[in-house]
Amino acid sequence: MAYSDKVLDHYNHPRNVGSFDKNSTEVGTGLVGAPECGDVMKLQIKVNPATNIIEDAKFKTFGCGSAIASSSLATEWVKGKTVDEALTIRNTDIVKELSLPPVKIHCSVLAEDAIRAAIGDWKKKNGQHSQPQPQAQPVEQRA
Amino acid sequence: MSTNVISGNGNKDVKLPIYMDNHATTRTDPRVVEEMLPYFTEKFGNAASRNHEFGWVAEQAVEQARERIAKLIGATSKEIIFTSGATESNNLAIKGVAEMYKEKGNHIITQAIEHKAVLDTCKRLEKYGFRVTYLPVQKDGRIDLDDLKRAMDDKTILVTIMTANNEIGALQPIREIGALCHERGVLFHTDAVQAIGKVPFNVIQDNVDLASLTAHKLYGPKGVGALYVRRKNPRVQLVAQIDGGGHERGMRSGTLNVPGIVGFGKACAIASEGMAEEAVKLAALRDRLKDAIMGQLDEVYINGSVEHRLPGNLNISFAYVEGESLLMGINDIAVSSGSACTSATLEPSYVLKGLGAGDDLAHSSIRFGIGRFNTQAEVDYVAERVVDTVKRLRELSPLYEMAKEGIDLTKVQWAAEPTH
Ligand SMILES: Cc1ncc(COP(=O)(O)O)c(C=O)c1O
Ligand code: FES
Repeated sequence: MAYSDKVLDHYNHPRNVGSFDKNSTEVGTGLVGAPECGDVMKLQIKVNPATNIIEDAKFKTFGCGSAIASSSLATEWVKGKTVDEALTIRNTDIVKELSLPPVKIHCSVLAEDAIRAAIGDWKKKNGQHSQPQPQAQPVEQRA
Repeated sequence: MSTNVISGNGNKDVKLPIYMDNHATTRTDPRVVEEMLPYFTEKFGNAASRNHEFGWVAEQAVEQARERIAKLIGATSKEIIFTSGATESNNLAIKGVAEMYKEKGNHIITQAIEHKAVLDTCKRLEKYGFRVTYLPVQKDGRIDLDDLKRAMDDKTILVTIMTANNEIGALQPIREIGALCHERGVLFHTDAVQAIGKVPFNVIQDNVDLASLTAHKLYGPKGVGALYVRRKNPRVQLVAQIDGGGHERGMRSGTLNVPGIVGFGKACAIASEGMAEEAVKLAALRDRLKDAIMGQLDEVYINGSVEHRLPGNLNISFAYVEGESLLMGINDIAVSSGSACTSATLEPSYVLKGLGAGDDLAHSSIRFGIGRFNTQAEVDYVAERVVDTVKRLRELSPLYEMAKEGIDLTKVQWAAEPTH
């Protein structure tokens, strides 16, 4: 398959790779996907509690080049937005920006899920209501 | 495709891109091409033309090829039926036997990691009322002979088990399988495509009744293959699946692909001469690649038997790295992956799943197929590129991070609804 230049650029120069301390109250973590499906994304946001603005974001992704590019792009897009603005990012926007072919649409869906999961986690930590967003939990930490 | 020369590991130069996908197909050997060429031009006759020189010349060339192919596998030339390739050979063998022997029984035995040309043929026969047993394979990719014994009953007419697997290179115990079949009066067909010219294969010693072959996996041209059909002890009969002019003793009608057949014959002659030596060279290159990769990376796993394996095959899973993203990072090297992301169906390799390795390792797998034209400098370059890319992608992998934190990934409750 031929990749678009933008996918190649994100793959070769992924933006915002890394991790924040997931126990910090300023940090929201989204971990979505599953290894058996061939894709796992971790997306983290760091939110300014006074403004609700996402000041920084990081990701790590196990998945195809399109999945890596989608999550890399997602971190770029959420930065500088308020959490509620970030919730308006749609996977279709990612598809368009990266020119993803139909078989790669689910990779962009995963990126949208990761944004929502990260914001959901941050809201939960900070006592805000939100739609519960499914995400992965180490079994030890549950119950 | 652009080609450029860059410096690999050490100071030898390698030419890019590097082809290391020799289970998919092989480059036609220049000696083969050379021998084929006259059969496109001045020697263009139809091998079935009995009344003139053009036909006789073509027929003679076909018969020489038949002998060369037969010689490579220990058969006689009358036992070689030309086809368009191994897909057709597998169809002809399995459907042809099923139709011929259906009064005797309706049970066929195969195994889980056959090529689709065998599996889908068996599936079609199930629709027509045949019973098919799909034996599982063990972790090393080989069947358990006791499973085979247990699966056989008095309605079993055919066992079809490949000689060597195209993804993991695992060699089945075909000699023992064949012996068991002969004891029970059951016919034994083997898809020998990947084994021919790579490892010793002899239809007499290996107790084979039918064998599918194709030229393009052993440095011959595409679109030409053969089916070996045993003529005595036992004499195997088939119902033709393609009707027409009655070529190939009525078993496969259609004007013969003379240039292709000539090339196939030459490829087999080269293999008969040089196979033993070449196998040693390929195994050495393969082991060099394996050692370089495994010496520099932790958590890489070899899929399939190490001991019973094609010399040029290396199939490895790189834990925590997804196969398609790895291919993307080594895009000047042609290899393949069992990852779902690389497949049109978004399903991971059924062969690797068949080993029970776990889907996550199937997603992380790369198949290297080393062949006649690969060099040591290429192997060194490939090893270096693979190691660098895996390291880079692991830095990007949440799974690697979690594993390093001591989290047992198998115990994590993943949130995904499987997307594929
Ligand atoms: C094991 C095996 N069987 C059958 C085939 C099909 O052969 P052909 O391409 O000649 O139809 C292949 C090659 O793809 C193969 O690897
Ligand atoms: S992660 Fe599998 S296709 Fe993108």
